[in-house]
Amino acid sequence: MSTKPKAPAKVLERRSAVVALLKDRKDLLVVTGLGSPSYDAFAAGDHPGNYYLWAAMGSATTVGFGIAMAQRQRPVLVLTGDGEMLMGVGALATVALKAPKNLTIAVLDNGHYGETGMQLSHAGRGVELDEVAASFTVPWTRRVSDMAGVEELRTRAHQRAGLSFATIKISAENPPRALPPRDGVAVKNRFRAGLGFGTI
Amino acid sequence: MADTDNTPWREAVYRALKDSGVKHVAYVPDAGHATAIRMAEADNDVTSVVLTSEQEGIGYLAGAWLGGERGALLMQSSGVGNCINTLALQTMTRFPLLMVVTMRGEWNEFNPWQNPMGQATETSLNLMGVLTWRADKPEDVEPLLRGAATMAFDGDHACAVLLGQRMIGAKEWVK
Repeated sequence: MSTKPKAPAKVLERRSAVVALLKDRKDLLVVTGLGSPSYDAFAAGDHPGNYYLWAAMGSATTVGFGIAMAQRQRPVLVLTGDGEMLMGVGALATVALKAPKNLTIAVLDNGHYGETGMQLSHAGRGVELDEVAASFTVPWTRRVSDMAGVEELRTRAHQRAGLSFATIKISAENPPRALPPRDGVAVKNRFRAGLGFGTI
Repeated sequence: MADTDNTPWREAVYRALKDSGVKHVAYVPDAGHATAIRMAEADNDVTSVVLTSEQEGIGYLAGAWLGGERGALLMQSSGVGNCINTLALQTMTRFPLLMVVTMRGEWNEFNPWQNPMGQATETSLNLMGVLTWRADKPEDVEPLLRGAATMAFDGDHACAVLLGQRMIGAKEWVK
């Protein structure tokens, strides 16, 4: 495996890709991985159906998986980054065994750890996470680098067409931070209230 | 300690989880949990999720609770070490987290490589804010687990019941 950065021929700008993915979201539930994906989702519009992670790196996929298994009629989207996905990559094997039809995992892949100074990640050194997901028997995987691919993913998520995984290749840049609420209890209660559940 | 060992406490673990309204059982396999795992896998009303590593279960159960359902996490003491940073998710979200931990690395342990984590298990959980109880006698398992479930599901706490190795029976290395 090469340790040199591999620049994909074509990449998207992260904020516009996320806006397109969350367009006309209806009953979509969204979990975001810590760092930029949380900022991107918040910048696209705060929503009671969003759950933003600020830590527990590697958990975005498993949190989305749990929601998907408890709310089988709702489409669930995990929106995370390549570094966050790598830290919890075994979860793809766990998710694939159950393969909930209503779960879509979108990895914003810039090949870098954007939050800590843009160091190259494994994805930036040649690891293709969509191929990892396919090896872990995720039934539908894509490597997206244009808006048509984003729209295909969005449509598939809303159709609850089957467990789906895509890397969305984005440029390595940090747009201005848009910070979602850090009060995890408040955001949890808001999320659950949106589904009709109360507090203890 | 075989899977066919149906001493009453083994089934009591699963009964207590069911009576607490648990709909999701996430686990990394362990011989001490074999009965509960088998019962969970056979139960059509419960979603059983086998994990590649224990911290996945914390995220999964956080998600299940966000989606309105209760769950429990079964693991061996070595797996507690894998959970430490991810326990921040419970602290900050405050969702009910019920863990049942089979102990290794204590009384009569043959494999010393189990001892570092086994000896640090309960303290590590406490340092991360998890309430703990130890069951060393079969008759204590069910009441401790029911009490832990009450504090988890009625109090949004992280609660762990540790099942002592002397009660479970040490692993047989030479048969």
